Amino acid sequence: MKSRYLPLAATILIFVLAYALCYAQFPSMLSTRVIGNLLTDNAFLGIVAVGMTFVILSGGIDLSVGSVIAFTSVFIAVVLANTGLHPLAVFAMALLIATAFGAAMGAVIHYLEMPPFIVTLAGMFLARGMAFVLSIDSIPVAHPFYDTLQSFYWRMPGGGRLTLIGGLLLLVFAVGVLIAHRTRFGANIYALGGDATTARLMGVSVGRTTIGIYALSGLLAGLSGIVFSLYTTAGYSLSAVGVELDAIAAVVIGGTLLTGGSGFVAGTFVGILIMGLIQTYIIFDGTLSSWWTKIVVGVLLFVFIFLQKGILWLSARKAAALHHAHGS
Amino acid sequence: MEKPQEPLLSVASLTKSFPGALALDGVDFALRAGEVHALLGENGAGKSTLIKCLTGAYRCDSGDIRLSGRQVDPRDTFEAQALGIGTVYQEVNLLPNLTVAQNLYLGRQPTRFGMVGTRRMNAGAEALLSQYGLDIDVTRELSSYSVAVQQIIAIARAVDLSGKILILDEPTASLDAQEVRMVFDIVRALRERGLGIIFITHFLNQVFEISDRITVLRNGRLVGTRNAADIERLDLVTMMLGHELSQETIAHTAARKSEGEVAYRFRDFGRAGTIEPFNLEVRRGEVVGVAGLLGSGRTETAEVIFGVRPHDGGSAEKDGRQLELSGPRKAIAAGLGFCPEDRKTDGIVGDLSVRENIVLALQARRGWSRPLPRQEQIEIADRFIDALDIRTTDREKPLRLLSGGNQQKAILARWLATNPEFLILDEPTRGIDVGAHAEIIRLIERLCEDGVSLLVISSELEELVAYSHRVIVVRDREHVSELTGEEINTDNIVRAIAADSQPEQAR
Repeated sequence: MKSRYLPLAATILIFVLAYALCYAQFPSMLSTRVIGNLLTDNAFLGIVAVGMTFVILSGGIDLSVGSVIAFTSVFIAVVLANTGLHPLAVFAMALLIATAFGAAMGAVIHYLEMPPFIVTLAGMFLARGMAFVLSIDSIPVAHPFYDTLQSFYWRMPGGGRLTLIGGLLLLVFAVGVLIAHRTRFGANIYALGGDATTARLMGVSVGRTTIGIYALSGLLAGLSGIVFSLYTTAGYSLSAVGVELDAIAAVVIGGTLLTGGSGFVAGTFVGILIMGLIQTYIIFDGTLSSWWTKIVVGVLLFVFIFLQKGILWLSARKAAALHHAHGS
Repeated sequence: MEKPQEPLLSVASLTKSFPGALALDGVDFALRAGEVHALLGENGAGKSTLIKCLTGAYRCDSGDIRLSGRQVDPRDTFEAQALGIGTVYQEVNLLPNLTVAQNLYLGRQPTRFGMVGTRRMNAGAEALLSQYGLDIDVTRELSSYSVAVQQIIAIARAVDLSGKILILDEPTASLDAQEVRMVFDIVRALRERGLGIIFITHFLNQVFEISDRITVLRNGRLVGTRNAADIERLDLVTMMLGHELSQETIAHTAARKSEGEVAYRFRDFGRAGTIEPFNLEVRRGEVVGVAGLLGSGRTETAEVIFGVRPHDGGSAEKDGRQLELSGPRKAIAAGLGFCPEDRKTDGIVGDLSVRENIVLALQARRGWSRPLPRQEQIEIADRFIDALDIRTTDREKPLRLLSGGNQQKAILARWLATNPEFLILDEPTRGIDVGAHAEIIRLIERLCEDGVSLLVISSELEELVAYSHRVIVVRDREHVSELTGEEINTDNIVRAIAADSQPEQAR
């Protein structure tokens, strides 16, 4: 097997094993109901993790997404409460703001040659602060359109419900896979993560790609904010704290190299499923503290860090052996 | 071959200067279609500046670049590429994490409705590479192939993108003999297709094996262009080093024979792929010179001895006792010191003061748990600033503010402070003014009177002749000959460097 598929295979294997363990203990966990809930409950996290996958593939990081989700949800709630605008118009405005915000961070990263960590950290404080400026209270959203959207679902065989936001999650992942593997932009993202200098020499427009990557991450954070708003039917400045870290964890568990250049959007999907599965198990068990999610995610992250180091080491050795075989 | 024709590329009186240096001084150069044209010269000769002007990385100050008679002035690599000039560097400039096909088509993938046609792209990549005799799985990552294959892929991309002129900048430096043959077969095939190829290398054997014509640059000036068939190796080396064979050898003051006992002895010392195993004895108070062309293994010899690149075979002895030289720390403990060639990147710590730079190696030898008392540091620094006449207003001045010669002396002081018994100097006089030059040479002679053993690497042959007791000549990563006593003169050194070596064989 090609070594770039190895982390993805490991992720899938872990998911299958974990699900088998859960099934052995609670046979009812293998049902479309559980799967439907898993997708619905993790929709906002999954959508933002797709954006994070692109950012990490390019060798960067985006710490602002959790704050952007909070800002978006507060923005929607405030505008809906104070104006007569239709939610769809408000959604479009929110997406526009989030995308522009991401693009601006990308531009700062590229033109001022600043590390993404610092720029998006500033973006994180800025977006959270802006959410507080809009409102410090939790604002409920009560709009008939919300009820309409929430009533949309597809009843899967077995009684599970694929809700609108669960379906949106699947759609975003499908589009993400297409962008990563079937567009020039996607190839440029991988190129940037491989080596930005070489990529520029090979004709990749580094500036445009960098801005595009962070704009896409911003857009998906905005979309995630809309989903979060639909999911909680409220806007609160203190919500979605630390979501960026969950997203990074999902990306890494999904087998994407933190140094960039190697990984798959599909891997992130499995990463999200693994994290959701742990939460579901804890709910089924009923006695475990929800902090066990964090502990298991922490352990899994360590496992994947070791796995990635091991693969890098193996491929370095293989390259050396390859050279030797030719040389002798 | 063919009759003279309009050159594919002609460069006339190209000039490029940098602050404080004239990198190219009115250079003329012409490349015909269907020829391999070697571009030779030592460090600082202007080869890479010329290439960078052709590929748009630099803009020339004045001069005229014509492509098929039409004047061009590429502003960046892409414009050069669009004009038909492609470049392949020593370091493979491709992306190891992408597939071979993606590397070949990055930025110009075949698309339909915005979606990349992966299958069409892979088929195109296979067809392209089959022209080069490569039948590989193009869907694997580039990193799963050897450097030679990667180099061929880089050539295929460059030719496919530009298609008129191919510049090969030391493409064979990290390849072995068999891989070099592979690349050369491809270069020959491209020549048949009518491309003009500029080939830069340090290996003279390769120059004669593949080139039709040879142009030599020295100190930013054109020395001359010759047909490869009409020039002897000796003449070529003379052109490169700039020493007329008829020139009087410089008289030297050092006694031709060192009477000291053997201090350090190296047996079959070497490192695969870096320098062939060599035997070397160094006496107390002896200066051993190392001569050779750039890339011949001069610096590598020093680095292997000092453990910068640890040796993988052979043994070392000091006064008959076995030494373990597995790294610079061990080497320093064994009484060795090493002033590297490129002091900017390897030697000075520019933001530290003169004093801190001078005590650095001594402190490293003591270990960080036993810091040198401040007073002692000041005494040592003052002693060497005085002894070596380091021109600085203040011992606490950051070293980067000093001139090149004074920086060089500060590095020498750093190693002298450790009281080395065996000091290796790599190009100690490069890039410093004439006055400082003479002082460094005097210092070398004084050190050797004090009983220090020295290994001095230099491309200034007169300088080597002046102070060396023995001169070792290095060629193609091998110690090929040793000159002693009256044999030491520039003529003999040039002859030894140029002597035809055995045809290269696979290692």
